[in-house]
Amino acid sequence: MSGGQSLNRKKQTGQTRKLAIAPYLFVLPNLLIFGVFIVIPSLLGLYYSFHVYDGLNPMKFNGLGNYIKIIGDKEFWTTIGRTGIYAAIVVPLIYAVALGIAMMLAREIRMRGLFRAIFYWPTMISFIIVGLTWKWIFGDSFGILNHMLTVIGVEPIGFLTSPFWANAAVIIATVWSRAGFFMVIFIAGLQAIPTDYYEAARLDGATGIKVFRHITLPLLKPTSLLVFMLALIDAFKAFPLMFALTGGGPGKETTYIVQYIYEIGFTKQELGLASAMSVMLFIIIGGFSALQFRMSKGGAV
Amino acid sequence: MELKPLTKITIYSILSVAALFWLLPVLWVVISALKTNTDLYSYPPKLWPQPLTFEHFTAAFNKGNFGLYFKNSTIVTLSSTILLLLINSMAGFALAKYRFRGSSIILIGFISTLMIPIEVIMIPIFKVLSALGMYNSMLAIIIPPAATPTGVFLMRQYLLTVPDELLEAARMDGAGEWKIYWSIILPIAKPILAVLAIFSFMWRWDDFLWPLIAISDPAKYTIQLALSNFIGEYSVDWGSLLAMSVITMIPVLIVFLVFQRYFVSGMITSGMKG
Repeated sequence: MSGGQSLNRKKQTGQTRKLAIAPYLFVLPNLLIFGVFIVIPSLLGLYYSFHVYDGLNPMKFNGLGNYIKIIGDKEFWTTIGRTGIYAAIVVPLIYAVALGIAMMLAREIRMRGLFRAIFYWPTMISFIIVGLTWKWIFGDSFGILNHMLTVIGVEPIGFLTSPFWANAAVIIATVWSRAGFFMVIFIAGLQAIPTDYYEAARLDGATGIKVFRHITLPLLKPTSLLVFMLALIDAFKAFPLMFALTGGGPGKETTYIVQYIYEIGFTKQELGLASAMSVMLFIIIGGFSALQFRMSKGGAV
Repeated sequence: MELKPLTKITIYSILSVAALFWLLPVLWVVISALKTNTDLYSYPPKLWPQPLTFEHFTAAFNKGNFGLYFKNSTIVTLSSTILLLLINSMAGFALAKYRFRGSSIILIGFISTLMIPIEVIMIPIFKVLSALGMYNSMLAIIIPPAATPTGVFLMRQYLLTVPDELLEAARMDGAGEWKIYWSIILPIAKPILAVLAIFSFMWRWDDFLWPLIAISDPAKYTIQLALSNFIGEYSVDWGSLLAMSVITMIPVLIVFLVFQRYFVSGMITSGMKG
């Protein structure tokens, strides 16, 4: 009896010990990768940002030098401003287009699945191919769009050579490639609104725009917020699409902040300066993320 | 809610025009890729390829080395996805089903890494890869992106619903922790693993920034890197470029068509791009 008990206890303590170690072993691979490829680079980047460093010669401590240089760097602020304007146009556009389509596709209409698939499909294509696709359409000398314009009697437009039109092209391509993604989120949000609300509103005689303003929009607020923030963060990370569509040009007209940091860091080899710019970008993006996280109470949709 | 006929007509018209705008760009790329070089640059553009040709497709493989890039992308995408499923489900399992010291700190740590996108740490990442001797190796684009906070979080949320009694019963029967994970948890987690697999496939197949930072040897280029490199060339060979774009879209199209409904549910639960 007693022998059996002690055996049982021994078995139990062995099991508890295993239970105590197992979870750590299970999280270890992820922890290791996060540590090595996210945490260490983050700290390293912060460290670089206070140094002059070209990647080859020894680092030289520079205090806040890089940050002071950035504050005085006109091009940096132009790039940030350009990214901001791009975001300010693209985010509301994506929001409106995605919500508009979602509202039509949340209803009981025929071929709903097909329509959803058509709008969603471009979100699956890489930004490089999205850029290529639109370059093939907007191309100044070979694009189909300019041909169509001449057919209807409009002068050809230098879509990729005029600063204004290059930005417009980038914005169109962005909306085209991202609207479907947010459409799905909106459809889910719309379907979560109980139909009773609409029925009650109808009994009260409210129609169309009124229902939209007083029922749909307020009840859709959490979804709206999520879409708005995600699109905003996306906009500040934009780079591959422009890389393929305009190459950041003409001149620097469609060079946004990530591409600028990439160029300073990898083309000009000013790793310290580029790192300080990355810290500034982190403050922007991290700020948006934190805001979204707080407002959505924990990230769950 | 029944719709009035007029409303219905308006909705269908708007949707059709919009759908056309969403469809035509890709269709135009596909059509163009099937044209001969003379037709490709002819002005006014021909709407339909005459004669139809696959020469750009064969040229992409023969002269453009596209087969190699396709193979590289396939290797990277598949191995990274398998690794992602394995380690993210392990971490998700631990965080959902064990009470251990530091678990909430680890969870918060994982989630907060969402705030540090690769765009922000691309310069030091380059240094870390070099220091580890991983720079310019396929491992550099397989291993690091396989740990995603989104994946861990989704796995954890899903596995929270698994009753503890199930694990207790298995322990009574003498099953070890790894065995519990492997033969009880993984089968239960199949639906969420499927969602993650599809997303991981898309993320890795479409990825540009990781390969751009981690790879310099053209023999190790992924498709996206190769395509971007071709655009930068002095004279762009649009024929091959369009053909490569079309081929590159096919695997994603297949995944999309087969797993459409998972995409929608996965998007709603994750709501992000990793």
